[in-house]
Amino acid sequence: MLLEQFINGMTLGSIYAIVALGFTLVFGVLGIINMAHGEIFMVGAFVGVMTTGVLGWPLWLAFVASIVVTSILGYLLETFTLRPLRGKRGVSHLAPLISTIGVSILLENLSHHLFGAGNKPFRTEFAEMSIEIGSLTIYIVQIVIFVISIILMIGLSIWLSKTKAGKALRATAENLETASILGVDTKKIITLTVIIASAMGGIAGILVGMAFNSVSPQMGLAIGLKGLAIIILGGMGNVKGAMVGGLILGLSETFLVAYGDSGYRDAIAFIMIIVILLLRPQGIFGSKIAEGR
Amino acid sequence: MLKLTNVQTFYGQIQALKGIDLEVPEGQIITLLGANGAGKSTTMKTIAGLLKPKKGSIEFLGENVTGLRPDQLLRKGIALVPEGRAILSSMTVLENLEMGAYHRKDKGVKEDIENVMQRFPILFERQTQLAGTLSGGQQQMLAIARALLSKPKLLLLDEPSMGLAPLIVSEIFAIIKEIKETGTTVLLVEQNAKQALKIADFGYVMETGKIIIEGKSADLLTDSRIVEAYLGRKSTKVQEEVQDEGISASKQV
Ligand SMILES: Nc1ncnc2c1ncn2[C@@H]1O[C@H](COP(=O)(O)OP(=O)(O)OP(=O)(O)O)[C@@H](O)[C@H]1O
Ligand SMILES: [Mg+2]
Repeated sequence: MLLEQFINGMTLGSIYAIVALGFTLVFGVLGIINMAHGEIFMVGAFVGVMTTGVLGWPLWLAFVASIVVTSILGYLLETFTLRPLRGKRGVSHLAPLISTIGVSILLENLSHHLFGAGNKPFRTEFAEMSIEIGSLTIYIVQIVIFVISIILMIGLSIWLSKTKAGKALRATAENLETASILGVDTKKIITLTVIIASAMGGIAGILVGMAFNSVSPQMGLAIGLKGLAIIILGGMGNVKGAMVGGLILGLSETFLVAYGDSGYRDAIAFIMIIVILLLRPQGIFGSKIAEGR
Repeated sequence: MLKLTNVQTFYGQIQALKGIDLEVPEGQIITLLGANGAGKSTTMKTIAGLLKPKKGSIEFLGENVTGLRPDQLLRKGIALVPEGRAILSSMTVLENLEMGAYHRKDKGVKEDIENVMQRFPILFERQTQLAGTLSGGQQQMLAIARALLSKPKLLLLDEPSMGLAPLIVSEIFAIIKEIKETGTTVLLVEQNAKQALKIADFGYVMETGKIIIEGKSADLLTDSRIVEAYLGRKSTKVQEEVQDEGISASKQV
């Protein structure tokens, strides 16, 4: 049924968008791909599983816990693995990328060690609940996911365009030196950006856990690569591009599974990268000229 | 107000400033001249905190500010309009102005922005447009207006007339004089040596990382070394012109 698939696609896509926003914020400000973002997302998902499943906490508290844990991870990531490499002479510009890859491996192995390799179910009190409108079945989980994602996207957009800190972030993303001579403490803004991006990853982790009712230490890599595909699709560092790109990927995956060959589901993201790089290398919303950094 | 003592700045192994001694007294316009690559921008960036000097000290309002970050120096009252303007092109004109007042917490920001837009009507007209769509001259106005919104005590202007048509250049120089009259001290880097010296009280000339000449603007305007190297005319003619324009300027006032 078309409408049902559309809702499925939008739900999935809105989660992808949140993941991609985390990538794009960090890329915008630091000009690097944070390869640890997928694993921070995975940790967020496990915090959700542990707090709701083992500790029996309500879902909202699981979100809070996940935000707190992933924010701390973001802070540590910036302070210990990114900042020491910044602005130093003789440090390759690839160094922070490698550094985030190191963190991603560390986090994946750590959760392997702590939680085992297998999938963990993610139970929510309303996992099976659904509403029927005519022949249309919508699960409550889907509505929850979609609403949270949309609120997050709108909230972030307003924060970026209206608040002082949001404007400082955009100024820093456009030009670090310029922002600093305008009085922006760019070190603080960068830290804040990595923290916000990580917290969004944590939220997305719980959302994915809810959507698929399953969490595993390997989930970070898959979703990380998709997030990467989305920001290439939407334009690196572009907030609107991450949102639209996420929705496009979610919809196309869902429709492929429903009407085509589900075996190619995970290939879609990468087919998209190839096509977009051939047709519009700057991405859908990216500007023609590469940003000079 | 500002005092540089033996300031030495490096780009890696390359020494760009080889011991700069320079003073900017409060309420004046001081100009820094020199050929391309002399180290003028490096001096400005070092004062603004974008570059850290390896040796020497910078004193501002009697306080040692050597090695402070740009945002800390801005809070102390030093604002830089860098070479090439550094407009935030993906933000609107209004947002650029707001960023100028970023560190301020007083209630007067909105009013100051309105005043600035009154002074530069083009910024009012284009306030919702992306700053990147402005022309070069308009961007320079925006950059200066933005820096003024931080309410600086010392304004550093790095080649504000670069790449602009003569008419706009005159306007920029008129604005710089206005800025001085409102009580803001100005350190001005210029290629346009003659016009800079005409509005400045005192001038320094740099060559390969060193100050080679310094003196009162009126003296520098007739200094044969400067006339040959930067003014490109015979000294007598310049002298006449200075006198002429001095008279016309005093008439205007
Ligand atoms: N980022 C950099 N890395 C290495 N060397 C630099 C850098 N920036 C400037 N230099 C060198 O430092 C010296 C001084 O440069 P600076 O930009 O201060 O000159 P300037 O007087 O402002 O010149 P212009 O009139 O062209 O603006 C030059 O020799 C320049 O090549
Ligand atoms: Mg220069």
